[in-house]
Amino acid sequence: MTLAARPQAATKVAQRTGAPRARPPRAARPPGEPRRIGWLYALPALLVYAAFLIWPLLHGAYFSLFEWDGLSAGTWAGLSNYTKALSDPTLRGAFLHAFVLVVFYAVVPCCIAFVLVAAMSRTRIRGLTFFRTVLFLPQVVAMVAVAVAWQWIYSPGGPINDVLRWLHGLGLPDWSRGWLGDFTWALPSVGLIGTWVQIGLAMVLFMAGVQKIPRELYEAARIDGAGPVREFFAVTLPGLRRELAVALTLTTIAAMRNFDLIYLATNGGPGDATKVPAYEVYNRTFNTGEVGLASAIGIIIAVLIFTVTVLIGRFVEGRER
Amino acid sequence: MLKLVGRGAVLPIAALAVLAGACAPGSDSEKPAAKAPSAVNTDIAKLGNVTLTVWDQEVRGGQNEQMERLNKAFQDKYPNVTIKRVSRSFNDLQKTLRLALSGDSPPDVVEANQGHGAMAQFVKAGMLLPLDNYDRVYGWTKRYPKGLTDLNSVSEDGRKIGTGNLYGVSINGEIVGIYYNKDKLSELGIQPPRTWADFERALGTAKSRGETPIAFGNLDKFPAIHNLGVIQDQLTSKDAVRKLVYGQGGAWTDAPNVQAAQKLSDWVKAGYFTKDANGVKYDDSPVNFSKGEGVFLIGGTWFAADLDKAMGDKVGFMLPPPAQAGGQPTTMGGESLPWSITSKSKNPDVAAAYINFITSPEAMDVSVETGNLPALAAPTKQPGSPVLKDIFTAWSTLSRNDGITPYLDYATPDFGDVLGGALQELVAGKASPQQAMDKAQQNYSAFLRK
Repeated sequence: MTLAARPQAATKVAQRTGAPRARPPRAARPPGEPRRIGWLYALPALLVYAAFLIWPLLHGAYFSLFEWDGLSAGTWAGLSNYTKALSDPTLRGAFLHAFVLVVFYAVVPCCIAFVLVAAMSRTRIRGLTFFRTVLFLPQVVAMVAVAVAWQWIYSPGGPINDVLRWLHGLGLPDWSRGWLGDFTWALPSVGLIGTWVQIGLAMVLFMAGVQKIPRELYEAARIDGAGPVREFFAVTLPGLRRELAVALTLTTIAAMRNFDLIYLATNGGPGDATKVPAYEVYNRTFNTGEVGLASAIGIIIAVLIFTVTVLIGRFVEGRER
Repeated sequence: MLKLVGRGAVLPIAALAVLAGACAPGSDSEKPAAKAPSAVNTDIAKLGNVTLTVWDQEVRGGQNEQMERLNKAFQDKYPNVTIKRVSRSFNDLQKTLRLALSGDSPPDVVEANQGHGAMAQFVKAGMLLPLDNYDRVYGWTKRYPKGLTDLNSVSEDGRKIGTGNLYGVSINGEIVGIYYNKDKLSELGIQPPRTWADFERALGTAKSRGETPIAFGNLDKFPAIHNLGVIQDQLTSKDAVRKLVYGQGGAWTDAPNVQAAQKLSDWVKAGYFTKDANGVKYDDSPVNFSKGEGVFLIGGTWFAADLDKAMGDKVGFMLPPPAQAGGQPTTMGGESLPWSITSKSKNPDVAAAYINFITSPEAMDVSVETGNLPALAAPTKQPGSPVLKDIFTAWSTLSRNDGITPYLDYATPDFGDVLGGALQELVAGKASPQQAMDKAQQNYSAFLRK
């Protein structure tokens, strides 16, 4: 995508600046212009890419057309694995959960990160590096540690319930419960772990972006009498479009292919309440021996992620417009 | 640029074309030929230098030590045999074994988990050697109670478990039983229950005195299956449970099974289990129990080592008490992963001799010495700790009257997930006993129809 997009943008700029459209003679080709020999330089990387990404992807797509247990001979199944993946209520539920998680993994962290960044860009905060490090820390911690820690935090005897029981003692209703084992609350609870993990990433990206925005724009906005809200929508948000696109893309991908957190924290339970497609890929491959169906689910996840990424690129970043 | 991109698309299209021409994944391997008992070579010392590759999952302390000692003893007995041991955790072995078995040079001896998810599929694909003729030479089925050899048997087409050829032999045993906190019982002034009615009365007493009757953690989905199984074994016969699990008759919606789910639900409603059990981790339940939460704990013998360390002589273990005092107790249980021979093994005779060696009476002594529960009574050794003594007594009682029923999740490949999920709904009060069992039955009948 990016390989194709860059030169195109370059030509647009060239057209706008009124450069001659006719091709210059061969010898006078500018050094940056792509040439066929360029593919030779890219060849080693392309080979690795093809062998370890494209080939397995195609192989997976091929497996998805069979009913296969991974051991004995498979039988041709056509598209029936795809129909099953989309019609089976458990699996359909899993895809629905993935979209709910996108809200918690991508939308909520980006909103929170915006608030944090907007605050930080207006005032000078003492110990900024410290806060930045603390907020980014969840990104660095291994997911296994994150899951185990949060299992404890959410457990019936954990700190959240301690606080809720204390509030109950003050006269509020008793809200304490086993969060990860509650049919209504398990999915939002898992989602909030994702929010906690992803805020740091979004914030660091936005912070980097804000530093790029010229101070004069803020000054101009303030002279024009813009308050913090107006300033955010007129200056900060437009200036952070690209960063927002990157943050949304990364966090959405993390949400849609989320496996480790679910596997470690809830095993898809209670009931099927936190089942997600990536967990089902694992479950169907290794536990129930439905490799074909698992491959079909995997391909659907890939297609969904690809679509969402393209949409984000188009509407958020404003590419190809 | 466009032209280049266009050419780039040729590659995947060409690759797809190649793939379409290729044959189906996996291949029809021939079923391994059985060897006549007379052709089995038991004189391993005369076979020349042999390397035996063994894949196991005995990575935990006592079990690892057990295998190290047995392997050393085997190599000392037959200096011409070198054992190449590859040890992985249970989950890792599950994942890699599939690939390893479908390769051209699989290990000789593997621990293939019982049930439809693993062993039955390997058998269907012709990857394991039927051991019946070796059994005629070594006499494993005579050594073990039928309930245990059935667990390691699969029909030749891989469709039914608990019947057909023998595909593996296990070393250690495991059962689900009831741990009890001796201090709490004496505080409540009750004796360890001798009958099922006593047990239910004890639960009521504990509850009325402000104790949690049964420590329970059900976040991991499967644990409630153990509780259901224990209750079910009191409401129906062991043969009915075996037939049901092995797909030989009966339904999960049969009256006794729904009654078992009803009882489980009643206990939840009466507050006999840890509050919010669906939110408590399974591995935390023995920890909480050892800290004094819960008078009883329904759990497997795998908890014994930790509980012994934490509670010493304050913890006891008993089988689910029978309906009448002195009756024959029944409970869920099984044996450690069976040792099987791969059909592509170049040295099946050596592999069989190895399996025979590690399941011999002497090996059972090693099992006791390394803190495990051997599947067969150890001839000379006895365990030291009180709770392990209880467990050994329980195991020998069960072995004598063949009172072990298989784990319920053996019924279909994903039954642990399906029944476990349904029981979480039951525990949360979201599903009625009938609804939960309907869900299980749906999965069960769909699997049997296949």
